[in-house]
Amino acid sequence: MELEIFEGPLDLLLYLIRKNELDIYDIPINLIVQQYMQYLDMMKALNLEVAGEFLVMAATLSHIKSRLLLPKPEEQAEEEDPRKELVQRLLEYQRFKEAALALVSRDQAGKEVFVRGFDEEGVKKLASEVKVERLEIEEVGLFQLIDAFQELIKRRELQEIKRVMVERIRVVDKISQILEKLKEKEVLGFEELFEASKSRIELIVSFLALLELIRLQVVRAFQPSNFARIQIKRAVQVEDEKFNPEFVLSLVQKDKEGNGGEE
Amino acid sequence: MEKNRLRSILESLLFISGEPLSLERIAQIVQGVEKKLIKETLEELAQEYMEKDRGLRIAEVAGGYQLESAKENAEYIARLIKTRPLRLTKPSLETLAIIAYRQPITRQEVDQIRGVDSSGVIKTLLEYEFIQIMGRKDVPGRPLIYGTTKRFLEFFRLKSLSDLPGLEEFYAQVESATAQEQNLFGSQYQEREGVDSQNLEPDSKETNEPNSPESGSEEPEK
Repeated sequence: MELEIFEGPLDLLLYLIRKNELDIYDIPINLIVQQYMQYLDMMKALNLEVAGEFLVMAATLSHIKSRLLLPKPEEQAEEEDPRKELVQRLLEYQRFKEAALALVSRDQAGKEVFVRGFDEEGVKKLASEVKVERLEIEEVGLFQLIDAFQELIKRRELQEIKRVMVERIRVVDKISQILEKLKEKEVLGFEELFEASKSRIELIVSFLALLELIRLQVVRAFQPSNFARIQIKRAVQVEDEKFNPEFVLSLVQKDKEGNGGEE
Repeated sequence: MEKNRLRSILESLLFISGEPLSLERIAQIVQGVEKKLIKETLEELAQEYMEKDRGLRIAEVAGGYQLESAKENAEYIARLIKTRPLRLTKPSLETLAIIAYRQPITRQEVDQIRGVDSSGVIKTLLEYEFIQIMGRKDVPGRPLIYGTTKRFLEFFRLKSLSDLPGLEEFYAQVESATAQEQNLFGSQYQEREGVDSQNLEPDSKETNEPNSPESGSEEPEK
C-alpha cells in the first residue's frame, strides 16, 4: 500500500519526539535510531510499501549517530553538532504543520460561509468538491495507528489466538466487513474492528483494510481526547456512493492497476 | 452622487456579482466616484449588516469585496445546497501551506521541506485550482514554480497573501538563506480561469516586478 497519502520520515521523527516527550534541541539519537528502525520493520512486516525517503532518513540517522560516537579532537571542540541540520529541518517542517492548522481553522467558503453563484461551474466546484475538514489534534496518524495495532496484537496473543488455518483472507473482504459495521454505527472503537478476527494474519489484513479506508477517505481515525481510545468514524454518509463497498473496491482495484498491482 | 444611492448600487453589484469585486472594478462601473468614497460606503454597509444581525456579510476577500452568508446560518445553507465533502488530506494541506508561505516555490523545494515526494499532492492541489504554475525557475533543469491562486484566497477567505495567519511570526522564525528567491509578494495573481500550463513562456512570470497583494486581483479589463 502506498504511504504517500499518510506520513513521511519527518512525521515519524516528530511523532517519536512527541511520544517520548523529548527535547527537540537535544535528541537522544540512539533512542531515536532504535525506535525509528522498529517502525520501519513494522511497516515492512505489514507489507506497507516503505518509501525510499524512509530509508534515506535511516541512513542520515545512522550517520549522525556514528559522528556523535567519534571522539572529538581537542582543537575542534567547536565543531558543529551533527544533529543541528536535522533539528532545523524538523523545526521548519513543524512550523509548516502548524501553519496548515492555522489555515484550516479559518472560515471556509462552502462550509462556514457561502457565496453566491453555486450554479456556476467554478463556484460549484469550489463549494462541492473540496471541503477542508478541520484538522484537529484529535486526528490520528499512521504511526499512532501502528502503535495501537501492535498493542492489540500483543493483547490478543496473550489471550492465545487459535492458530487455525485460515483460508485466504483478502483485504477487500475485510473492507466490506468494516463498512457493514459502520453502516449500523457511525463510530466504532478501534478494537471493535478486530473482534471477528481469529488469527494474526486476519488481524493484519483487517488493519490493512482500515488503512485503505482511511486513505480513500471513507473513514477517519480520531481520538476524542489525549490518551483516549482511538475511534473510527464514517467520513461519508451511508447514502454516498463512496460508502458502497463495491465502489470502494473498484477504487482499490483501480489504484492497484495504477501501481502495477502489488500485494 | 448621493450616498444612499451609492450604497444601494454597491449592494446590488455585490449581490449580482457573487465573485469578489475590487475597488478598481467597482470604480469603473460606478464612474465618477472616488475609490475612497466607495470604500467608505462599503464599510458602512458591512457595518450595517453586522449590527442588524442580517443574514449577509460583506467580506474582504482576494483583493475585493464579496457578499457572503452569515456564518451562523451555515447549517441551513448546507441543507439547501447538498454538497459532498471531499477532504483535503493532511499532506495536501501541509503542502498547500508550504506553497502559500513560500511561493513561488519548486516541487523539489517542497519535497525538501516535507522530506517526501510531493508530486501526487501537488497534482491534486492543481486539480482543485488551489495552486497554479507560475513559470519556471531560472536554474538548471528549469523546474516549474508554483504559487497559490485567487481561488485559494477565496476558499480560505483571505484578503490577500499578507493576510495569511501568523505570517509575521512565521517569517521572523524562519531564518532563510534564500529569502530573496522566496519573495512572497513577488507573485502576482493574474490568473484567469484555468492556467494553461502548456502555454507558459519559460521566464514570463518570474521577473514580474513585485506587486502588492492588495492590488493583486485586478483583472485585465477592457
